[in-house]
Amino acid sequence: MRRFLLAAALAVLSMPAWAAGTDAGKYQVVLGDCEGCHGKNLAGGVVLQTPFGKMVAPNITPDKDTGIGNYSAGDFKLAMTRGLAPGGRPLYPAMPYPYYAHMSDAEITALWDYMRTVKPVKNSVHVNQLRFPYNMRVLMRGWNLLFFRPAPIAETGPSAEWNRGAYLVNGPAHCGACHSPKNAFGADKGPLTGAVLQGWFASDLTSDRNAGLGGWSIADIVDYLKTGRNAHSLASGPMAEAVENSTSRMTDADLKAIAVYLKDLPPSRGNGGPATGMEAQVKAGAVAYDITCAACHGRDGKGSALFPPLAGNAAVRQVRPDSIVRMVLAGGRAAATPGAPTGPGMPSFGWRLTDDQVSNILTYVRNNWGNQAPAISPETVGRIRSALHAGS
Amino acid sequence: MARMLPKKDAVIIGLGWTGSILAQQLTDAGLNVVAIERGPWRDTSTDFNIAYMQDELRYAIRKDLFLKPSVEAMTMRNSLSQTALPMRDYGSFLPGDGVGGAGVHWNGHTWRFWESDFQIKTHLTQRYGAAKIKNLQLQDWGVTWNEIEPSFDTFEYLCGISGKAGNLKGQIQPGGNPFESPRGRDYPNPPMKMPYASTLFAEKMKELGYHPFPLPSANMSQAYVNPLGVRMGQCSYCGFCERFACGNYSKASAQTTILPVLMRKPNFELRTECEVLKVNLTPDGKHAKSVTYIDAHGVEYEQPGDIVVICAYALMNVRMMLLSRIGTQYDPVTGQGTVGRNYCYQTSAGARLFFEGKHFNPFIGAGSLGQTVDDFNGDAFDHSKLNFVGGGGISCSVTNGRPISNRPVLPGTPRWGAKWKQATAEGYNNSMGFGCEGSSYPVRENYLDLDPTYKDRHGRPLLRITFDFPDNDIAMSNYMSDQLEKMTKPFNAKFAGVSRLKKGWDSVPYQTTHNTGGAIMGSNPKTSAVNKYLQSWDVPNVFVIGASAFAHNAGMNPTGTVGALAFWAAQAITGQYIKNPGALVHA
Amino acid sequence: MQHPSCGLSRRRLLASVAALPILAGTADGRNLSGTVPWSPFAGEPPRPVNPLGWYFFTPGEAATVEAIADRFIPADHLSPGGKDCGCAVFIDRQLAGAFGQASRLYTKAPFMPGLKTQGYQGDLTPAGRYRLGLRALNDYTNTTYKKDFRALTPEQQDTVLAGLDSGTIKLTLKSGFSTKEFFELVLQNTMEGFFADPLYGGNKNMASWKMIGFPGARYDYRDHIEKHNQPYPKGPVSIYGMGG
Repeated sequence: MRRFLLAAALAVLSMPAWAAGTDAGKYQVVLGDCEGCHGKNLAGGVVLQTPFGKMVAPNITPDKDTGIGNYSAGDFKLAMTRGLAPGGRPLYPAMPYPYYAHMSDAEITALWDYMRTVKPVKNSVHVNQLRFPYNMRVLMRGWNLLFFRPAPIAETGPSAEWNRGAYLVNGPAHCGACHSPKNAFGADKGPLTGAVLQGWFASDLTSDRNAGLGGWSIADIVDYLKTGRNAHSLASGPMAEAVENSTSRMTDADLKAIAVYLKDLPPSRGNGGPATGMEAQVKAGAVAYDITCAACHGRDGKGSALFPPLAGNAAVRQVRPDSIVRMVLAGGRAAATPGAPTGPGMPSFGWRLTDDQVSNILTYVRNNWGNQAPAISPETVGRIRSALHAGS
Repeated sequence: MARMLPKKDAVIIGLGWTGSILAQQLTDAGLNVVAIERGPWRDTSTDFNIAYMQDELRYAIRKDLFLKPSVEAMTMRNSLSQTALPMRDYGSFLPGDGVGGAGVHWNGHTWRFWESDFQIKTHLTQRYGAAKIKNLQLQDWGVTWNEIEPSFDTFEYLCGISGKAGNLKGQIQPGGNPFESPRGRDYPNPPMKMPYASTLFAEKMKELGYHPFPLPSANMSQAYVNPLGVRMGQCSYCGFCERFACGNYSKASAQTTILPVLMRKPNFELRTECEVLKVNLTPDGKHAKSVTYIDAHGVEYEQPGDIVVICAYALMNVRMMLLSRIGTQYDPVTGQGTVGRNYCYQTSAGARLFFEGKHFNPFIGAGSLGQTVDDFNGDAFDHSKLNFVGGGGISCSVTNGRPISNRPVLPGTPRWGAKWKQATAEGYNNSMGFGCEGSSYPVRENYLDLDPTYKDRHGRPLLRITFDFPDNDIAMSNYMSDQLEKMTKPFNAKFAGVSRLKKGWDSVPYQTTHNTGGAIMGSNPKTSAVNKYLQSWDVPNVFVIGASAFAHNAGMNPTGTVGALAFWAAQAITGQYIKNPGALVHA
Repeated sequence: MQHPSCGLSRRRLLASVAALPILAGTADGRNLSGTVPWSPFAGEPPRPVNPLGWYFFTPGEAATVEAIADRFIPADHLSPGGKDCGCAVFIDRQLAGAFGQASRLYTKAPFMPGLKTQGYQGDLTPAGRYRLGLRALNDYTNTTYKKDFRALTPEQQDTVLAGLDSGTIKLTLKSGFSTKEFFELVLQNTMEGFFADPLYGGNKNMASWKMIGFPGARYDYRDHIEKHNQPYPKGPVSIYGMGG
């Protein structure tokens, strides 16, 4: 009886009231951001650079030769919730099955119903391109033993909305896959306090006021996820893709639920505090900022209706500077959504600014207009620059 | 043998300002549209880098963003008695290239031609009699002010034009242009902040009893969200505007106003670095079936379409029609034919003033930053006792202080040596200027056709321009120079001088890129190439969009009117043509 | 245009490719639908010239152009002379590149003599014009003064240049390429070298910009535009520099 009630409760948590049939499944694709890795047509081919080597997302269209056309409903469920392909072959958690494991049967079924209607595409993908010994799938059995705990998410929150948010964040939307730091084996080790991924730093999502969402309102979070922008920040890099493929297509109610849950996360330990003893660098950074950055971001750091502010922008105050160094060197492009279609780009400055200049400018930005964050060294900039040019 | 491609609902030749507007409107109406653009893809953050755009040599002198004559050149002569020769480099005018076309590197002056312009022949005949204009080939445009006004509004709100209305629904507004034709509502953005020179100019003009107003500007006075939801930033008065692309999204262009939305539509496709060679007609010459184009690898394709929209810039529009035999070539001797007829340009004059001990800071500028008086424009003043018609807008606009080109010295100063250095150091911050953008009226002998000798890289004949300033326009311009001279007096400058226009249009020094006419609109198929909807009289599924449609050029920059005509034509296509394909006007 | 794919995020590249619907049987070249192209490190920044050596001029030609530059822009309290500012280096690098080869121009035959309003109709590229013109200049000075141009006194050099400028001295050049055209070309290029961004080899230390008060490659004057008739307080900056 308890199990039935639990399943029913999960069903209530998980399905929007209007959802039925393949529409519900299509919405699951949005929630899970399948397109982000498996491609807009779900025929795979997107390469993921992991600390263990390269992985390529497989073809999950119903093609019988190169896709999952031979899967049964049960096969699909095992893959999604246990990380096992037919024949018991373990999947790598680049496929975030530890998160999808929280999905209910009803949702998995709805998703499967939809997946069978997707247009089959012939595209043969060589999935496992990890380095030895990581390319030995059998090792995943040990990993799962140590780190994989499939369990439903307990609905212990103060409201149904909070519970829904908890479910989405820790379940299909798998935010922690990017935003939670990982241990040496690539398993999560902390809740949403920020993590390095493919040369980006996915921000702290806790309620820390400096580096987290402490300065954002619920409406701010909803705006950001729905349109890719709010008064504080613009989504770019991998988050721009997540917004374009996934969050901008979620319902307003779901976005609000996510916001409610995130705003309630306890604060992280923060970003380590302000830079000290860097007066000369900050002064040089201010001069360089005036010449290279002010024309878009403003002398007051406030940006405009188009450009993000730097004053009060948590994205520039993360404990690790990978994202902002990368933006300055390589440029970046913001998300483009129906609510905010412009998708403006930051030009690349790597050709013009030396490592010293980049570190000076960013240390200045991170410690001016009320911002507080650790200094960035030229060596850090150099390391990131080399990694970018090496194609990682 | 060209490879045949699947048919599209509409094929658009060129993705500049007009191509982007037409593509946006037609895709919104549900059509499957392909745009074929000769030049490269260009976009702000990838190609207009804010840290290397400030390069006068590369962009202003070596013309990096402009059309290369090696890709397409034109020949010119002043009259039928001369032999046209190629402009081996562009000088007098600089056509654009690539996605966004010249809209990428224009200044941004955004005007509305006047009500009287659209009925110019009727208006001037009524006021002065037919004899006054008998040596000019002026014609009514076939469209009225009331018909076109909403399209001006649409273009201005798309672009976020910064300005101050002068005539709201007939009520004259203080601070605006009292001579403008009535508008439905004010500009979407307030005027820009004004520099010293323009402010001084406005003061002096008021003293003289004239009516200065802020130049309507496509440089954003503040950050702006347009009706498509696309955002632009605030202009930072960098002084690298005309000839340069904007590095911070603050100049209206296809890139900053339309493309973010258009490029993401599933029913729009763009092919760049593909040059349309011609439009292919059915054997009876009355219907366009396809266009033939050649890609960057030299492979030819045939792209069929139900509608063909030629959006390749005024001069290339005319050439495309001639190469494709859409309409008949105009003959200046007999006056027969319509394609190539009424080619016009722009007629400029300028004043330069020198002071001492001033700081004009000419480098703090923007493309359309300034103040204008229209008291001597068009027919705003009485021409009864004058030997010409037409006039011009007089503007003090501060666009740049880029020193390779802009380092004014007193007349008589040597051009090199120690005295030159001294004069240059003294003159740079002590000089200002203002000038007249004058009308250019058509005469029988100014026209466009295909050159008999010179060919392009694909072996097609170049366009030939036969043009000189008509006597009417020389008289008008010299009268303007007289007014400019009077206007310099209240400044009490150390020195003031004006330029005076002479016959013999010189294709070498830069003047303006306002080439108009050649495929003009009108209500009579014997004297116009397209009807009031810019639809070809001869081939009804071809529309020709651009300043090629102008039956004359007014004393203003053309782009505002080009944008309005583009929206106007698009509305006719989506609202009338696709429901009932065929001629929209039966003359 | 894009840099080679250094630093290109594979996921980004393939994601954007995956976004393109498969356009069967269509054209080569750039085919875009449903997306706005973007890649990291995109752009074509200008390459600063190597200031050493001559890429185009012979040593004799270089010395001649340096001498001319020093007369067009003599050294005085306002700035160093044209030679020390790097004007000859600038011209040398320009002639060695696309400008010198007239890459952008229409160079098809037939070449016919034209009217003044029709512009240059000769078949010589700028590189060719310098080779011919500098030789003709030295032929003239050797005939008239028994010396190369660079060995004349400054006063004699000024006399020669003034004669070329006014048209009283005619060099033996080529049909379609007049003495006046040669003079204008060298004058124009020297001034370009003096006033262009230093990355191109001239305007050393932004000397010309300091001379006139042009702040160079700055991009934001919102804080000064309404300070009418007040001097701008900051010095010049170049594309690769931070001022000073």
